[in-house]
Amino acid sequence: MLKDEDRIFTNLYGMHERSLAGAKARGHWDGTAGIIARGRDAIVDEMKASGLRGRGGAGFPTGLKWSFMPKESDGRPAYLVVNADESEPGTCKDREIMRHDPHTLIEGCLIASFAMNAHTCYIYIRGEYIREREALQAAIDECYDAGLLGPNAAGSGWDFDLYLHHGAGAYICGEETALLESLEGKKGMPRMKPPFPAGAGLYGCPTTVNNVESIAVVPTILRRGAEWFSGFGRQNNAGTKVFAISGHVNTPCVVEEAMSISFEELIERHCGGIRGGWDNLLAVIPGGASVPCVRGENMRDAIMDFDHLQKELRSGLGTAAVIVMDKSTDPIKAIWRLAKFYKHESCGQCTPCREGTGWMMRVMERLVKGEAEIEEIDMLFDVSKQVEGHTICALGDAAAWPIQGLIRNFREEIEDRIKAQKSGRMGAMAAE
Amino acid sequence: MLRRLHLEQPESFAFTPENRAWAEAQITKYPEGRQASAVIPLLWRAQEQEGWLSKPAIEHVADMLGMDYIRALEVASFYFMFQLQPVGSVAHFQVCGTTPCMLCGSEALVEVLQEKVAANPHEVSEDGKFSWEEVECLGACANAPMAQIGKDYYEDLSPERLSEIIDALGAGEVPVPGPQSGRYASEPASGLTSLSAFESGRTQYNASVARAVELGETVKRIDGSEEPLRTPWLDAWARGKGVKTANTSEAPKAPASKPRAEAVAPAETAVAEKAPETLSAPRAGGADDLKKIGGVGPKLEGLLNEMGFWHFDQIAKWTEAEVAWVDARLKFKGRIARDNWIEQARRLADGGETGVSRDKKEE
Repeated sequence: MLKDEDRIFTNLYGMHERSLAGAKARGHWDGTAGIIARGRDAIVDEMKASGLRGRGGAGFPTGLKWSFMPKESDGRPAYLVVNADESEPGTCKDREIMRHDPHTLIEGCLIASFAMNAHTCYIYIRGEYIREREALQAAIDECYDAGLLGPNAAGSGWDFDLYLHHGAGAYICGEETALLESLEGKKGMPRMKPPFPAGAGLYGCPTTVNNVESIAVVPTILRRGAEWFSGFGRQNNAGTKVFAISGHVNTPCVVEEAMSISFEELIERHCGGIRGGWDNLLAVIPGGASVPCVRGENMRDAIMDFDHLQKELRSGLGTAAVIVMDKSTDPIKAIWRLAKFYKHESCGQCTPCREGTGWMMRVMERLVKGEAEIEEIDMLFDVSKQVEGHTICALGDAAAWPIQGLIRNFREEIEDRIKAQKSGRMGAMAAE
Repeated sequence: MLRRLHLEQPESFAFTPENRAWAEAQITKYPEGRQASAVIPLLWRAQEQEGWLSKPAIEHVADMLGMDYIRALEVASFYFMFQLQPVGSVAHFQVCGTTPCMLCGSEALVEVLQEKVAANPHEVSEDGKFSWEEVECLGACANAPMAQIGKDYYEDLSPERLSEIIDALGAGEVPVPGPQSGRYASEPASGLTSLSAFESGRTQYNASVARAVELGETVKRIDGSEEPLRTPWLDAWARGKGVKTANTSEAPKAPASKPRAEAVAPAETAVAEKAPETLSAPRAGGADDLKKIGGVGPKLEGLLNEMGFWHFDQIAKWTEAEVAWVDARLKFKGRIARDNWIEQARRLADGGETGVSRDKKEE
C-alpha cells in the first residue's frame, strides 16, 4: 500500500488548511525558482524519465508531449491549457484536486508553462463546478498576491499569468481541440488534426493541453525526482494515481494509490469491499464510461494500470474512474444509459456520430426490454464498428466501445431477454 | 434535443453595475482582439442574474464582445447549462442521471421531483417556485446520487432527504449543501483509509460547502454584490516591474495593463476632453476596415464612422484628451486604452498587421 508520505495529494479531502500557508506547510511551493533554474531541457528530460503518462484518459507520455512544443518562438506566444473539464462519467478526481489541493495544480502550471516557453496558461474548468472554480480562483488570487504568479513569478525570473476559464456543460469540450474552440468563444466542435495543437492550437498559437492531474503531479515529481515517481507501478505504468470508485462498493471514494495496484486490494482497502461480497460482483467499468466493461470474475485479480487493462482485459484505465456493478444491476440498462449520454453529448459535427449515437441508443432501448430480434445484436455491433474510427474526434469511439463491451461480455443475457420477451416466459438468467 | 429561444422574451436586458464591472474584468483575461473568448462566462453571469438566458441578454453580451448575434446565439444554444426558458423562481433542480448515479438510485430522485415539482422536465411548478431536469454526469460520482441546486451540489442524497430539501427551499431556507449523509467530502464513509498521517484537525466544512455557507447565495439571483471584484492578474502587473518580457507579438500586455485596470474600475480621470479632428466622409481612397483593430466590431466601427472616423491614421493621432472625448461618446468606456487601439491603428496605418488582421487574411 502507498504510504502517506508518498502521496502527492496530501489534502485530497480538504480536511487540512487549504490556504497557501497550509500548502507551503505541506511542502508545496518549495524551491520552485530552483526547479525552474534547472532549465527547460532538464525539466522535460526529468518528466520523460519519470514515465508519467497523461492522466486524462489516453495515457500519452507527458514529457514527450511537452517536447513537441517549438523550442524557439516564431513570434507567436505559446500557451499551456489545462483540461479541467472533468466530465467522463465516473470521474470525479480533478474536482478534489482543484477544490482541496489547488496549489499543486497552480505550481504545476507555472513549471510546465516555463518548460514549454509559455507565459500564459488557461485552466478550462467545467461550468458545473462552480464552487470548485471559486476555490481554485481564490487560490490563484492568493498566489498573485504573494508574487507566485505575475511578473517574475515565484522569483524565477519567468513572467507568468494564470487565468481560470469555464465552460457551460458540454462533455465534448473535454476533447482537446473542442476545448480550444470553446475557449475561443465558439461551439465546442473538435478540429481536424493535423495541425496538432503544438503547431497551431489556442488562437492559432503553439499550445499543449494537459489534464489537471498530469500537471498537478509535476512539482512533486521534480522535487522528489523521476526515480521516486517511477518506483511506483509496473514498467511503463509509473507513478501514483488518483482513483475514483463509484457504484456498488460499500464505501465509494476518491483515493490516491500506487499505479498497478490490484483491483481487489483497491476495493478491499479503501472501498469496504463489494456490496454483498465478491460473489455478488457482476461487472466493472474500470476507466470511465468510454472504456468497455469487464465481467466481474475477470476483474478480481486485475492490475489497475494502462497496459494490463488494455492488453489483457480489452478495456482501459482511462481516467481510473472505476464503476462497480453488483448482481442487482441490469447491465443492459446500465450501458443503455451510457448510450443515452453519448447521444446527448454528440456535438453533431460528424454524421456517423450524430446519427449513430441516436441509432445505437434506440436499439439499446429495445434490448433493455427485449423487444428485438436476435440478429439485431450483430447489427448493433456492426453499426458500432461503423461509428468507431469514422469521426473527427474520439467521441464516436467512446460511444461504440461500451456497447461492444456489453455484447462481448453479456451476449447471453441480451439473447435471453429477447427470447423471454418472445415466449412470454422468463429466461434462465432473469429467473435468478 | 432542440434548443430554441423561448417564445416570450423580455423587452430588454442590462447587467447590474457590479455584474457589468465583473464582466468587463473577465474580458481582460484574453488577448486583444480575442474578447469573444469571454462569451461563456458573460452569458453565464447573465443567466445567474436573471435565472435564464433571454434573447436580449444574449444580444447584450454579443454587443459587449463585438460578436455577431448569431455567434453568441449558437454558443447559447450549444451549451446545455444555458436555460433558454424561464425556470422556477426559487430553484431549478438538476439531478444527475448518468450510470454511476443511476446505479445508486437517481431514478428515485427523479420520481420525487416528478411528484413534488412538475410532471415534466423544464416545466415550472404550479406555484412558480421550482423546475427540474435530469442532467448528464456532474462529476461527483463517488458521492452518488446527487443533484445540483443553484450553485451547489447536494450529494449522497436519498429520496427522503431530497424531499426535505424541496420543502425547506419552499419555506425560504437553504439547507447546507455537500454530502447529506454526514460525510465530509469524498473520503470513504467509514473513515479515512489514507492520509491519516497528516491528520491536523479539520475545518467544519469541505471547500465547496465552506464557500456556500459563507456566501449564502446558493439559489440567489447573482447581482455582483456577493463578493468584491478581484482582478489580481491586473494588480500584479500594475505593481510589478511593468514591462513584460513576454514573447507575445500579438498581445503586448505591459503597456495595456494599467489602462486596463482603470477600465475595470472606471475611475473618473481628470483628463479634459478635447474634440479630435473628424471627417464628414472617408477620403478618396475609401474607408479603412477599422474592424482590423482588435476590439472593434461592426457595431463599434459604425459608431466610429458616425462620429467621423474612417481611417487608421486618424485614430493613431489621438491624444490623451482626444481619447477621453471619444471614450465619453462610445458605449464602451475604457475600451480604447484596454484594447490599445492607438498602437494598433499606428501599426495598421504603417501597413503592419494586428492579431485580428492576420486572422482575417488567414480566413
